[in-house]
Amino acid sequence: MTKKDLEKRIVTGPDGKQFEIDPIKDYFLDAKPEVHSPTSFKVVEKFLNWARSESIWILGYGTGCGAMELPPLMTPRFDAYRFGIQMRPTPRQSNLLIVSGYLGIKTLKRVIRSYEQMQNPKYVIALGSCTINGGMYWDSYNTINRLDYYMPVDLYVTGCMPRPEALLAGFDKLKELIRTGQAENANKYAEKFDWYKKNQKQIIKDWDMPDYNW
Amino acid sequence: MKATLERLKGFFGASDEVIQRDDLVFLTVDKENLVSALTYLKNEAGFKHLVMMSVADWLEEGKFQFTYHVNSHELKKDIALRVFINRDNEDMYTIHTLWPTAMVYERENREMFGINFPGCPRVEENFVLEGWEEMPPNRRDFDTKEYSDKTFFPRDGRTTNDPREYMKEKLYSEEEK
Repeated sequence: MTKKDLEKRIVTGPDGKQFEIDPIKDYFLDAKPEVHSPTSFKVVEKFLNWARSESIWILGYGTGCGAMELPPLMTPRFDAYRFGIQMRPTPRQSNLLIVSGYLGIKTLKRVIRSYEQMQNPKYVIALGSCTINGGMYWDSYNTINRLDYYMPVDLYVTGCMPRPEALLAGFDKLKELIRTGQAENANKYAEKFDWYKKNQKQIIKDWDMPDYNW
Repeated sequence: MKATLERLKGFFGASDEVIQRDDLVFLTVDKENLVSALTYLKNEAGFKHLVMMSVADWLEEGKFQFTYHVNSHELKKDIALRVFINRDNEDMYTIHTLWPTAMVYERENREMFGINFPGCPRVEENFVLEGWEEMPPNRRDFDTKEYSDKTFFPRDGRTTNDPREYMKEKLYSEEEK
């Protein structure tokens, strides 16, 4: 799909009638994300958070070289399944996005789309030093320096590259954050939506998708 | 192989022969002779495989250097043809009619160096960079650091040390005193 396909235009239907279409409005829902407030009962919310922390499903999407550290997690040696962690093939089924390593501008676009398609509650782990300050690609023309300008990050795992053990420690920490109710970054994304969009659009020059696509 | 080289030198004006290895020879040809020389190599001499096509930026000389690297599977030999063109606003002949794969190389080089290949299909489309507005990034006068600083919100606190001086300071500072 090119940018031209998303423009407003008049088309002729199979019955010969002409009508106007606006693909961005017709095919996508462009409503802004909403803040989901926690339930009014503290006990219930605590129970829900415990349940969320015990079923972390990762979106199987590797962005950089760090993606190589993800497959060993699922092997018998590290066996992430015993922590209730598993890989899912689509953003709709997962609630944890691991941004593994450097992000080109082109990849950032896809990552934003995937992140927005995930359902609440959702969490982001940034893996490797590239997502923190650019890492060894800090002066490249094509890779971003700081991930937290484009999407809210719950947890950073430092290293270049971090070993699967470091990732497991990161999962432990993330579970702790979820259980104590501190991993509310999906709400932060909804609150500061305009700021995030401004930053994203400053980098991604050919913006050919709706503002919030899910 | 010898006959092929003689033919290239005599008929297509190839010069500056560099014998890199027993099975790899570099030759420089004029831009006008390039397509005919490659056609000869492919159709008659048996060099049917385009290994790669690359561009180098000679900023000081004001030239772009193309290298067309072809391989013959029967002879187990490689020949690389070099072509120099002016750096400013000069187009290059397309060779997608000989090897369709060259289309991808040409698309990439158009994006990364800003060299146009008239007649090459889909050459105008984006290859890696989407919506790039600056100077083509592989040109040597493009300052990636400056671009990165102004675009990508750099994080403060990054320091750089000269490895030699830093290790000296860390490991042997007491010995010198």
